[in-house]
Formats: sequence, C-alpha cells, structure tokens
Amino acid sequence: MMEVATRFVFGKELLELAKTNGDFVVCNADTKACGIENFGVIFPDRSYSIGIAEQNLINVAAGLAASGFKVFACTFAVFVTLRCCEQVRNHVCYPKLNVTVVGTHTGLQVGEDGATHAAVEDVAIMRSLPNMTIIQPADAVAARAIAHAAVKFNGPLYVRLHRNPSPVIYDTSYRFELGKATTVRSYGDDVALISSGIMLQKALDAAVALKARGIKARVIDMSTLKPLDVDAVLEAAKATNAVVTIEDHSIIGGLGSAVAQVLGEKYPCMVKCIGIPDVFGESGPSEVLYARYHMDAASIAAAAEKLVRKKIFSC
Amino acid sequence: MANFPKLQVPELKGMARTIRTDVLKMVHAACSGHPGGSLSAADIVTALYFNILNVDPERPRWEDRDRFILSKGHCCPVLYACLARRGFFAVAELATLRKYGSKLQGHPDMNKCPGVDMSTGSLGNGIGCAVGMAIAGKVKQKDYKVFVMLGDGECQEGAVWEAAMCAAHHKLTNLVAIIDVNGLQIIDTTDKVMNIEPLADKWRSFGWKVLELDGHDMEQIVATLNYAKASEGPVVILAKTIKGKGVSYMEGVAKWHGAVPSDEELAQALSEIEGVAE
Ligand SMILES: Cc1ncc(C[n+]2csc(CCOP(=O)(O)OP(=O)(O)O)c2C)c(N)n1
Ligand SMILES: [Mg+2]
Repeated sequence: MMEVATRFVFGKELLELAKTNGDFVVCNADTKACGIENFGVIFPDRSYSIGIAEQNLINVAAGLAASGFKVFACTFAVFVTLRCCEQVRNHVCYPKLNVTVVGTHTGLQVGEDGATHAAVEDVAIMRSLPNMTIIQPADAVAARAIAHAAVKFNGPLYVRLHRNPSPVIYDTSYRFELGKATTVRSYGDDVALISSGIMLQKALDAAVALKARGIKARVIDMSTLKPLDVDAVLEAAKATNAVVTIEDHSIIGGLGSAVAQVLGEKYPCMVKCIGIPDVFGESGPSEVLYARYHMDAASIAAAAEKLVRKKIFSC
Repeated sequence: MANFPKLQVPELKGMARTIRTDVLKMVHAACSGHPGGSLSAADIVTALYFNILNVDPERPRWEDRDRFILSKGHCCPVLYACLARRGFFAVAELATLRKYGSKLQGHPDMNKCPGVDMSTGSLGNGIGCAVGMAIAGKVKQKDYKVFVMLGDGECQEGAVWEAAMCAAHHKLTNLVAIIDVNGLQIIDTTDKVMNIEPLADKWRSFGWKVLELDGHDMEQIVATLNYAKASEGPVVILAKTIKGKGVSYMEGVAKWHGAVPSDEELAQALSEIEGVAE
C-alpha cells in the first residue's frame, strides 16, 4: 500500500496552485512543517519568514489579510493553535479574516518528541472559536483536494495535517465537499464508525475485522470537523443505533464530543468515543502509543463489538 | 555541593568529549533527536554540572540547590548526558532516550527525570520560569542561583523579552541567562530567518549585564560562569558557538539540527571527538 504524508501533499499542491493563482501568500515560523517553507524560493514576494514567533505569525497574517491578501500561516499544530490561540481568536476569527491556519504534526504521530509536541487538543480549541472552519484530510488524495478547497475558501480556516506517511485510501473519483462527510464503506447497519483524518485506515481495518465476526459496519470519513455534517451523523445513528467515533485527538472536545453533542440533543443512542484519554502524550513510536490508548484497529473493532452487544441486550 | 570535587579545565575538556560521544550515541540509538544544538551547548553545560552548579544527585529536589533550566529543551541529550555522568541516574539509561516508557522524554520532563528543574520543549518559556525561580529564591532568602540556557533562534519569541524585562524590573541579582549563539535554527541561519542582532545591545537596553565569550573555550567558560555567578545579575552570557561542534560534517550545517547520523557517520563522529584527546 502506498503511504504518503498528508502535510507534504498539501504543501506541494499549494506550491502548484500558486503558479496559476496569484492571490495568496504564506507565512512561516521556522519549522519544516509542510514544505511551504520553500515557497519563497519560487515566490520570494509571497513568502514571509516570521521566525520562532507564533503570536506574531498570526498577527502578521491578520494584518496581511486585512490588507486584501489570502494568507496561509503554517507551523506545528501544537504551537499554531496553543501559543497563539488568542491571536487566532481575536485577530482571525473575531474579525473573520481570510487566514488559513495550517497545523502539522498533529496527534500522536510526533511520537518520540513527546508531550510538549503532541497536539491532542488543537481541534477542541479551534472548534470552540466562532467563525472557525476545521478540515482534516484522511489521506494524500484528500489532502490534495483540500489544498484546492483551502485556496478557494474565504474566512478563518484551520487545516489539520499529519506528520508521517499514511496509507492512500481514496482514488481519483474522490471529491471533497466542505461540510460533507464521505461514506467510505457500507457493509451494513450494525454499527457506524465515524472517523476523522488518518484514523480512517484503522476504522476501515476494524470494519473488515468486524465483518469477519459477523458484524456489519459502515465507515464514515468526517473530513470537515466544523461545521459538522449533522445530517450524516443523524442518518448513520438512525440506521445503526450504535456510533463509534475515532480520532487522533483527545476525546475531550474533538470529533467524539461534536458527534455526541448532536446525538445527545437529537437522537440519543449508543456512542463510544475512541481517542486519547485525558492525558498528555509521551515519547514512543506512534503505533505503540495508538495501541496504548486503544486506538489501533483491533481495539476499535473490540469497542465496536461491545457496543453492538450492548445495543442488542438493551432493546 | 555535597562533597563533589569540582573538575578543573583539563578534566572538564575530557568530560565534554565524553558528553559529546554520549549525545551522538543517544541520538543514534533513538533514531531521532537534536544533535546540532546539543553539541554547540556541550562545553557550557558540562562546565555547569561539573564545576559551577551546586547540586546533589542524592537529593535532586534539594531546596538550596542551584537551578538550571534548559529553555531550548530540544537539546536535552546534552542535559541528560551531564545528569547521568554527574550521578543523577545510571549512564546505561542514556540508551533509552525517546523510547516508550523512558524517563528521558524527547523534551525534558521534570517529573520523570531526576535533576531536571523544569519541563521544557516549547521555546521561549524556560527563561520566564527561571525568573519565577529567582524571585522565589529572593523571597525565601536562599543563596541559590538560577541558570537558564536559551537558543539564539529562541530569542525571536516575544516571551523571552517579557521575561527579560521582568527580571530587570525585579532586580534579580540571582539570575544568569546563557544564549547559545550558534547562528542557526531549523530552516537556515538566524540572520536569514529573523535577524536578532544587535543582541548585546538588546539585552543591555533591557537592563541586563552582558558578558560575551567563546562557548568552546573551557578556560573562558569556567572563568565567565564563575564571574557571572558571583556578580549581581541579571547577567546574560552571549556564548559564540558552532552548531554541531566537534563533528566536522555537522559543524555549521543546518540539517544537523534534527538529523540522525548513520552507523558510518556515527563511527566517524566518535573517532573525530576521541581523536581530539590524542
Ligand atoms: C514555541 C516553539 N516553536 C517552535 C518550535 C520548533 N523548534 C524546535 S527547535 C527550533 C529551532 C531552535 O533554534 P535555536 O533556538 O537557535 O536552537 P539551537 O540552534 O541551539 O538548536 C524550533 C523552531 C518549538 N520547539 N517551540
Ligand atoms: Mg541556534
């Protein structure tokens, strides 16, 4: 299976797009985040080095945006959503400026770097800001499509990208539509696995494992985390009455919280949120960490099976 | 300094070589980590732990100890190597850097690793924490000194200057900051990414006493650190260094900020460092 890192595909596509679209500029903060640090080599007038100064990165981006530019401000997610959170809130979201905040190295994929670098709360923080839209590609194909969507987008946007190579899942027929979930597998109506980002491959593997045990799952890719595709969530819940959410993020405030909030209000049913519990990250290979927090395919399948059994006994 | 015989310049030079080889072996074994800035800081951090700091490996949280904060936390291999060689934990544990379950996290964790005075890794913050420790020292009428080491790229963070202003405002005579001026950060040279010069003027205008030195001249390092420790701060030492110092192919090369040497590269690096001894 081919593996590519979503961050590099996104950055490379932005470089390509820049050749025909002269409207956007990029700002960097001394990180090798998604490759657009090299933007300045080709477009010296459209790339600004801000240095290790994330708060200024966002303020400068806001000033450029207020002067008519579309701006991509990019660095590691842990810094671009936390160090300058208040700048994103008050100078991007509140004035609704056309800034795309690009956060790379999200979730547990920073592995060995450990707690200070593992962005496991970035979605929770960005979700709580009014006017913010959040998208996260599941693979390289989606990352490419999302680069196009981000360039066209007008307003505060957070794009969440992963560090390591991950499996390519989609083919050329994939279309990204803002605010719309994609149903990737429909084996049946026993349980719905709703994932976001690169966890999609683990959800798909879990669905195959469940099928072998006679449990038919559907797998949904929630590439837009905000605004949430409420219709897709409700449809899946009504069909299955058992929903598992899967994200490379804290179970507090991310996809799981968003889905549970919708279902709690509109269609209470069995829900299991899979993600990082209320702890900081730690050093270690990312796959070891995923297993530690029961986020690997086997654990997802086991959790889904448990939910289905519970559902059967409760009706 | 619980009976620790301070190392003098010739022994310190030997110890710095040991620390450098430790750093390289650790990053190689971990398959990730930051050799460049660890090597540029190696001579100074060695001098701190083996001559300057009043610390006790038997009592890592001893109230009267001098403090050291590695504000540029990504360079923790050099800190871990010094702590291990100084007796805070077994040297063999250095092989666990960045491994699952290790006390040697990718960035220093003060609750996991004995001897680490502050968890760091997000740049620009350690110096503010050092200001807090220095204020505490004054309030509690303790004699300890607080040392903090920053990267030159790190000085681009606004929080560094908030802390600098704060230290002068509170007349923190017990605070010593050391800037590892290796001229490089991740992407490129510091002057290309975001010019920080004139650095000495900046610190002076923020109310600090400024000292400058060659960060690889052990005699100067020991003399200057001792002088800084004895003077009324806040004092900042601008240490001119070479990123990757001691390994020919790493010296002054941006890539080695966060790259891992291959088996052959490691062998060459180790022989170069050991060769200096002969
Ligand atoms: C707040 C923050 N932003 C970005 C980073 C990513 N980062 C890690 S090391 C580094 C470069 C540091 O350069 P410098 O301070 O000069 O350190 P040295 O050259 O000694 O390695 C950057 C940008 C970080 N750790 N923290
Ligand atoms: Mg530097």
